Amino acid sequence: MLDTARIRPDFPILARQENGQRLVYLDNAATSQKPRKVIDAIVHYYTFHNANVHRGAYALAVEATDAYEAARTTVARFVNAWAREGVVFTRGTTESINLVAASWGRTNVGRGDTVVVTAMDHHSNIVPWQILCQEKGATLRMVEITADGRIDLADFGRALEAKPKLVAFPYVSNSLGTVNPAAQLIKLAHAAGAVTVVDGAQSSPHLRVDVQVLDCDFYALSGHKMLAPMGSGALIAKPALLEAMPPYHGGGEMIERVWDDRSSWNKIPHKFEGGTPNVEAAVGLGAAIAYLEQLGMERVAAHEQELARIAVDRLSQIEGVTVYGPPDHRAGVVPFTYGDIHPHDLATILDKDGVCIRAGHHCTQPLMRRLGVAATARASFYIYNDLDDIDALVTAVRKAGELFGVPA
Amino acid sequence: MSSAPPDLSELYQQVILDHNRNPRNFKRVESANRKAEGNNPLCGDRIQLYVQLDGGGDTISDIGFQMPQGSGCAISKASASLMTEAVKGKRLRDAEEMFEAFRTMLAGGANAPGKLAAFSGVRAFPSRIKCANLAWHALHAALQGSAEPVTTESARDF
Repeated sequence: MLDTARIRPDFPILARQENGQRLVYLDNAATSQKPRKVIDAIVHYYTFHNANVHRGAYALAVEATDAYEAARTTVARFVNAWAREGVVFTRGTTESINLVAASWGRTNVGRGDTVVVTAMDHHSNIVPWQILCQEKGATLRMVEITADGRIDLADFGRALEAKPKLVAFPYVSNSLGTVNPAAQLIKLAHAAGAVTVVDGAQSSPHLRVDVQVLDCDFYALSGHKMLAPMGSGALIAKPALLEAMPPYHGGGEMIERVWDDRSSWNKIPHKFEGGTPNVEAAVGLGAAIAYLEQLGMERVAAHEQELARIAVDRLSQIEGVTVYGPPDHRAGVVPFTYGDIHPHDLATILDKDGVCIRAGHHCTQPLMRRLGVAATARASFYIYNDLDDIDALVTAVRKAGELFGVPA
Repeated sequence: MSSAPPDLSELYQQVILDHNRNPRNFKRVESANRKAEGNNPLCGDRIQLYVQLDGGGDTISDIGFQMPQGSGCAISKASASLMTEAVKGKRLRDAEEMFEAFRTMLAGGANAPGKLAAFSGVRAFPSRIKCANLAWHALHAALQGSAEPVTTESARDF
């Protein structure tokens, strides 16, 4: 496991006390905390290098542009992108997927076509496709999940029989923690002639990702779940697809020439980055990736999987606790319920002991319906969590049982 | 930042735990002539409220509520239960006055009358105020006769 005693001091917020107790932050699937190096990188950028990018003819503007484009190179290396031109900076996974739906989708999906998503997708990988399909008169097909929380491969195969134009799924489920067999799903989807979109919001922070090995067509990630600022993120795509796609947002930066009545477009990726970009976010994302690479993504994944394994084990020992998700192939996400205590009440009671968990539907209402629950409690781990955090979680859950009179 | 951390026993008072475990008027009212649905989209709390008005439409002669399984936290369920007890048999004007008193209490004002004062502890837990208000917003909508489901996101909570 990672040496958390050395990692924790890098995160200023973890020194905070909550109701007189140490902060036990277990809501990392919602957003991660930020290390000093990322915070410093943002401060450094504004203190020494701030100017608008890709425009200035002066040294400061060149420095800002260099910082922004260096971050692009870092993201490209991190996921082994096909080319740095295939990395479009966005506000995060949601905007990345909306970009694909609005640009590739509007161009390539028509009446009678099918788009495939899964029942474990986050709303951000469902709703943009609903909007597209409703607009185009296309069919949205939702692939079912198995009882133990995996994508139902038999149903996935049946969905492909419709020869969908596009197949979208999460690499890692934010609600269940399931690590999906992404390369296999992509191969099957390609064989059926579909373009593939991978929601990488939960995989990018936690696994080594190689988009060329996956061979997906589009890969979306959010920076804020991987130590970087909110509002940072990227769409990674095969360059030939981006070349053929129309722009997303019209405005400055994305054009080559503007006539009175029409325009021509800038090269990729700038064609998709209309307006002044969030340079601070890109710089912060670059610093976050440097921090993660120093730890090593294999070790990050192993650390979280070990914490999840122990947490599942210890929570399962509490009578009345139900843990959701698959027994193996699980990232550091542990969803659970406890007797008839509503997850919201659990979260309030845990908060009293400084334990931050998420309670609710986790932006996966179709999945919640299939699990037969309105909400779950969810503990999710990251590089700074340790066994003490699991102790605090388990102790606080037991306290909730006592308060609500759930038999121990 | 508040100085003293709020105590859980202030939030989960015995009367609240009791009404959570054994909600009163937890039923569909078949003869209801007013209905409303309340949603808290942030956490998935959902309530169906049934109201029967008699006496020229001025008296709440019967009232009941249902929450789809697992969709009500202790605060929202107990609040709905205590609300139905409080307004049953009351005139519309009195029910609306109670709503106002309840809302005032949660916004930091004086305690609401009777058992409703049990929710005064919710004030110290801002993330739970919407749970306590949900049933009351649904009642307000039912009495106004509005057809649209109410959500805690469109309602005025503070």
